[in-house]
Amino acid sequence: MKILVCISNVPDTTTKAKFVNDNTAFDTAGVQWIINPWDELALTRAIELKSDAANSIENITVITVGGKDAEPTIRKALAIGADDAVRIDAEPKDAYFVAAQIAEYIKNNPFDLIFSGIESADHNGSAVGGMVSEFLNIPSVSAVSAASIEGGQVKLTRDIDGGNEQVTPELPVLAIVQKGIAKEPMIAAMRGIMMARKKPLNVVAPIEVEVLTEVVNYEMPQPKPPCKMIEPENVKELVDLLQNEAKVI
Amino acid sequence: MEENLTIKGGEFLIKQTEANEIFIPEEFDEEQQMIAQTCDDFLETEVFPNLERIDAQEEGIMEGLVKKAGELGLLGISFPEEYEGFGQSFVTSMLASERMGAANSFAVAYSAHTGIGSCPIAYYGDHEQKQKYLSKLATGELTGAYCLTEPGSGSDANSGKTKAVLSEDGKHYILNGQKMWITNGGFADVQTVFAKIDNDRVYSAFIVESQWDGITYNPEEKKMGIKGSSTRQIFYNDVKVPVENLLGKRGEGFRIALNILHMGRIKLGGNVLGGAKRAIDQSVNYSNERKQFGQLISNFGSIKHKLAQQAIKTFTSESAVYRVSRNIDEAYEIYKNMEGCDVGRATMDAFGQFGSEAAIMKVFASEALDYVVDEEVQIMGGMGFSAEMPADRNYRDSRINRIFEGTNEINRILVTDTIIKRGQKNHVALFERAKEVIAELDNLKDDYQSQGYFEDKRHYVENFKKVALMLMEVAVNKFGRKLVHEQEVLNSISDILMNVYVAESTMLRVQKLEAVKPAEMYNLYKDMLDVYVFEAASIIYKHALDAIHSIEDETMTKKLMNAVKVYTKVDGVNTKDARRRIADKLIEENKYVF
Repeated sequence: MKILVCISNVPDTTTKAKFVNDNTAFDTAGVQWIINPWDELALTRAIELKSDAANSIENITVITVGGKDAEPTIRKALAIGADDAVRIDAEPKDAYFVAAQIAEYIKNNPFDLIFSGIESADHNGSAVGGMVSEFLNIPSVSAVSAASIEGGQVKLTRDIDGGNEQVTPELPVLAIVQKGIAKEPMIAAMRGIMMARKKPLNVVAPIEVEVLTEVVNYEMPQPKPPCKMIEPENVKELVDLLQNEAKVI
Repeated sequence: MEENLTIKGGEFLIKQTEANEIFIPEEFDEEQQMIAQTCDDFLETEVFPNLERIDAQEEGIMEGLVKKAGELGLLGISFPEEYEGFGQSFVTSMLASERMGAANSFAVAYSAHTGIGSCPIAYYGDHEQKQKYLSKLATGELTGAYCLTEPGSGSDANSGKTKAVLSEDGKHYILNGQKMWITNGGFADVQTVFAKIDNDRVYSAFIVESQWDGITYNPEEKKMGIKGSSTRQIFYNDVKVPVENLLGKRGEGFRIALNILHMGRIKLGGNVLGGAKRAIDQSVNYSNERKQFGQLISNFGSIKHKLAQQAIKTFTSESAVYRVSRNIDEAYEIYKNMEGCDVGRATMDAFGQFGSEAAIMKVFASEALDYVVDEEVQIMGGMGFSAEMPADRNYRDSRINRIFEGTNEINRILVTDTIIKRGQKNHVALFERAKEVIAELDNLKDDYQSQGYFEDKRHYVENFKKVALMLMEVAVNKFGRKLVHEQEVLNSISDILMNVYVAESTMLRVQKLEAVKPAEMYNLYKDMLDVYVFEAASIIYKHALDAIHSIEDETMTKKLMNAVKVYTKVDGVNTKDARRRIADKLIEENKYVF
């Protein structure tokens, strides 16, 4: 069985987002880049599955759409334990663009189990996984919180209202994973870090894809106004504020 | 071979170094950054959530954490691959030490294991010893401790009474004695024990396995800080040590002990940086949350002053720590190609070369951390004094750094004494230069005109060096061999030397940063340099006065006083505004960002 994990190169989640060029571009100065946390958990689960020889997983590949500056993040994935990596050499313009690139690669290089994170910590689009499966016309299972392999079959657990659902899809399948898929992201060990530079990182030319979205501008959310304290007996003022300031009654 | 070094130990005092000759932490490559990240991830997941349990010395927790670090390969970073290490540079292992330094008691267990616990075997062991012990210390299968100190033998390290006598059949040394303050003593499997064979004047070193018959332990010491670190007194009663476990040659133990301490000292310099950066993060976080008089306390000048000082002391220490670390790597690369010089000897000689710089960093950085954690308590006010806040643990844990790896008193003496001896033995042309400086005093010029930002800084630093040089020359002339008994004078000169080395290292780092940092950040680095050099001038001035009046060389006092005034003259700096700018950046980012 061959596993592909789609990884996104995103700003560290503690980054203070700033925008430049009239608020049309994210300011990347001084930003530390990481593997999208959901993708990192997916990769961790893939490595856990591979560590059990009974699961007969021959290879874990990671794929990302991005420029050369995404390579440190890719090599981090290799250090954690992916066997090889693919970088589609294009700036990720939107979810459709990214999904089309990844789907094209998979068409030519089939995998049995494809993981993608349920969302990415930058734009929180939650769209790439579903789009990839649609491009490939393969089943996808969303909100997956557990994955195992039994007798060559992939068993996925997805959260639904009030419980969970067990799915044994036909392969190939695309699993869109959320937290719970792995306990903690795996830490890159020294041996992995030393081996990462020796593992294949294949750079693939992108295909032509129509870009369907355009960023008009970014806006920061308004800072929360300070909490107003009203004396308990002053109901009149409370009603007045709710009616005229908050405009909720 | 020494002449092939870019810079020799102690030579900073008489040589101008260029910015492109030094290593700065901003130059860590991707792999090194990944190793640092692994350390951070390990602390976040395994150590920080367990600090309380660690301090309570919950059974097996510390040993378990050391072993987990071993599974990640973090115990053998710079040991040879042949013995399960990763063959990385000293700078890389320093980076790991720095990151682990944030981890309070675990940091101590980690340093003791990877440093003094494993290094004697790594650098002095023969192939069999390394195969048997080092390869398991590097993976965490075994844990290590270093047993030098005794109840009556601390700073005077060679005065210990532990004895080793060859057995009649010649197969064993019989070890008798006691050691104390042994870090990791409660769980270490392997100990490097220093003892004197028969009536030898100096130590030999032995590899001792803790489960051997005749070894007993006192209960854990009750300590002011690093409560989670295992600290035991160990007794050896007719312990049979196989002769093949003699480490190095008979009588080589004291040299091993001292060289390992050179390494331990510079490592400690790195270690405390991790603690300092985390304490700054906590200080900024708190001051960005705590409100008084209707506003965040981070708005107040007094708090900004503290935050900025914390950052400056950390940044300047870091600049010097990594500068000397790379110098050690360079020296090792040269030494290892020398005939008859194996990896161990090359490593030890490289550390020995920079013994004075290591002592400088031990003292300077440990005192910097003490400042940082003290102000952390102060910034947090009443809460800082509460055991609920991390400041309490940081404050107590920091204190040991001024005591172990050689007290700061011993190290202060070493700073000046080592450099003077290197001058007297002609390793560096110290006294030739010092005599030139003294000769200049008759023709002292006080007409320096500004020539540009870094030109001015270099001028100041070169003048600071002149202060140290003239004092060394005069002190040696006055006291000769008795100078070693004038500890107060040595201390004053050492404080000057520390400030010279750190000022120069910071200046060179900031100069190098011009090319890599955006202007807004770069200006803040210059602010740090400005404040530091401005303050260093008055510190140097004060110590120089102390030294001059204590030396009491009647023919020289007046000349020296004039010279000190001229050589510590620096342009005024609006330190208030500079510190505010530095603090505002910390406050904006809510963490240490330099």
